[in-house]
Amino acid sequence: MSQTEEDKLLNEVTGKSYEFGFTTDIESDTIAPGLNEDVIREISAKKNEPEWMLEWRLAAFKIWSEMEEPEWAHLEYPKPDLQAISYYSAPKKKTELKSLDEVDPELRKTMEKLGISLEEQKRLSGVAVDFVMDSVSVATSFKDKLAELGVIFCSLSEAIQEHPELVKKYIGTVVPQRDNYYAALNSAVFTDGSFCYIPKGVRCPMELSTYFRINEAGTGQFERTLLIADEGSYVSYLEGCTAPQRDENQLHAAVVEIVSLDDAEVKYSTVQNWYPGDEKGKGGVYNFVTKRGICYKRSKISWTQVETGSAVTWKYPSCILKGDDSIGEFFSVAVTNNMQQADTGTKMIHLGKRSRSTIISKGISAGNSQNSYRGLVKIHPGATNARNFSVCDSLLMSSTCGAHTFPYIEASNPTAKIEHEATTSKIGEDQIFYCQQRGIDEEEAIGLIVKGYAKEVLNKLPMEFAVEAQKLLTISLEGSVG
Amino acid sequence: MLKIKNLHAQVGDTQILQGLNLEVGPGEVHAIMGPNGSGKSTLASVLSGRESYEVTDGSVDFDGVDLLEMDASDRAREGLFLAFQYPVEIPGVSNMNFMKAAINGKRAHQGLDPIKGTDFLQKVKDCASLVELDGRLRDRSVNEGFSGGEKKRNEIFQMAMLEPKLAVLDETDSGLDIDALRVVSQGVNAMRNSDRSFIVITHYQRLLDHIVPDYVHVLSEGKIVKSGGKELALELEEKGYDWI
Repeated sequence: MSQTEEDKLLNEVTGKSYEFGFTTDIESDTIAPGLNEDVIREISAKKNEPEWMLEWRLAAFKIWSEMEEPEWAHLEYPKPDLQAISYYSAPKKKTELKSLDEVDPELRKTMEKLGISLEEQKRLSGVAVDFVMDSVSVATSFKDKLAELGVIFCSLSEAIQEHPELVKKYIGTVVPQRDNYYAALNSAVFTDGSFCYIPKGVRCPMELSTYFRINEAGTGQFERTLLIADEGSYVSYLEGCTAPQRDENQLHAAVVEIVSLDDAEVKYSTVQNWYPGDEKGKGGVYNFVTKRGICYKRSKISWTQVETGSAVTWKYPSCILKGDDSIGEFFSVAVTNNMQQADTGTKMIHLGKRSRSTIISKGISAGNSQNSYRGLVKIHPGATNARNFSVCDSLLMSSTCGAHTFPYIEASNPTAKIEHEATTSKIGEDQIFYCQQRGIDEEEAIGLIVKGYAKEVLNKLPMEFAVEAQKLLTISLEGSVG
Repeated sequence: MLKIKNLHAQVGDTQILQGLNLEVGPGEVHAIMGPNGSGKSTLASVLSGRESYEVTDGSVDFDGVDLLEMDASDRAREGLFLAFQYPVEIPGVSNMNFMKAAINGKRAHQGLDPIKGTDFLQKVKDCASLVELDGRLRDRSVNEGFSGGEKKRNEIFQMAMLEPKLAVLDETDSGLDIDALRVVSQGVNAMRNSDRSFIVITHYQRLLDHIVPDYVHVLSEGKIVKSGGKELALELEEKGYDWI
């Protein structure tokens, strides 16, 4: 190679990375803020993705560029400046702390109230832990066991490399790129997420938890999860954790896609506790999530969520009941306090004959917060004898909060049966006084009453999650009756 | 046990109790009767510490402690029990969990460890049989879907579980048929002993046929205007309150 050619090449390379606004430092490499096609090419290149993946991202970007941020939700927030965000940051090593004494005392107090063990506290707050720590060995034995059954549980990036045929076949089939503004954005720039495949007829013997994975990679701002339950399989999947999660990224736009093939069953449970901001709502996370599953013949998807965090939540875990005799379920507790706003609910799209869906939504609003349920039950002409049962209850804890219900029902088949029940109640001073008169103090009384109110949903959570989630409800509502 | 002196209390701007005096000794049963609006239920609410009632004057000594200084849950833990006229429903909270939280609240106040599971269950069994509360009701949510009579029986069951020093029964007979009245009264009578005192608030003599009081007081316009033995109740029944 001649001198000039070498120079030319060097120029091109350095010039190019400059053009992309690429910065590198020792800790992490981060693309300069802004979003354009080149940034997407760069993300894809850094992740060493195959051409089809890049094309898919670019198509999403093109769609997104022509979309407007939606305003129909019952939410008020300053629109995030999407050109001010950096769209790629290689998994940074968390700063390791030497002991729990270095952890924010407020955070520790909360974790103690949640009853999280010391070892777990260390792990969650990034304190260096012994290598022999239980959960590490547990995680390893889990992995062996899963591999034996042929269950694939890895990061989405890994899956794109190792199982491209599966990713290519299913990604975007449930939440297409053009689905909505944030889903399109996610499709263009998603950094990582989880991938899960349960082979035909396999009953996954343990709860799959993102817990283990997040620890390895750090969570992304634009997380994307793809879960495929092959024919006749079963899996219970847990996402999130009860410990408060702080994040420097204000905007979170995740996508979750579930494919439940014939006779499969998927239970998807979420506990979301992103930082809600201070009492005035400053600094909290915006959580704009698209979650959807598709059910084929006789299959079932069950969403259970406990939402206590985030400053603004925009989230509707939904089911497309495509197959005959398929079942969709949605169980939700959404708590808002202080200045939090949540607009959450579900969509049940009935296509298959005799498809059935159940919706149980329990909203709890306190402080000055606004809590909305938004749901759609849609029965298509072919969905003969489809059935839906919905309950949306709202519990008000103060006189300055708001609870709203926006249920939409569209039935295009005369054999459909749809039931909808809704109640709004204020937490009774009478109930609290009754408890107090029996020797239960006010705070415990509120905890009892709220847990009782949300019981139907909490009971759907896997055992170990349920106990923490109950405590989380009480903590989220501390000192909130007014 | 209980010394109420010159008690004045109001709700909003309405003065209801206007200088009430009452002394209840250990083991005594006092009935308080009086026309509607005389302040009977207000007395129950003030004693148990309901926040919307404001005490403007007077004092209440409860077994050596200043009752009015304590909040509602501490009064309960010190041994004051109120059987509600209208027991409250708490959906989703099982009667058993509710009772456990109540008992352990009191035990923590006394510096004791939470009650053992087996002890608790034995206690539930004993107390439930006292008021013929069957297993179905014990396991249901607190008062949810209970009939009027079942709610009142549940109140007495809770009283038996909590073993108070002083129980205030606020119109426990209202809405009870004769059989339920008998069951509830039997439960109360079984709990009478030389240490435990009762204040029985009622409109009607018929409850006092079952729970025989040591003293009867007539409340009118926020004051006790007449006191006497159990025969006073019969006289009232016959002549009406106008007689006073």
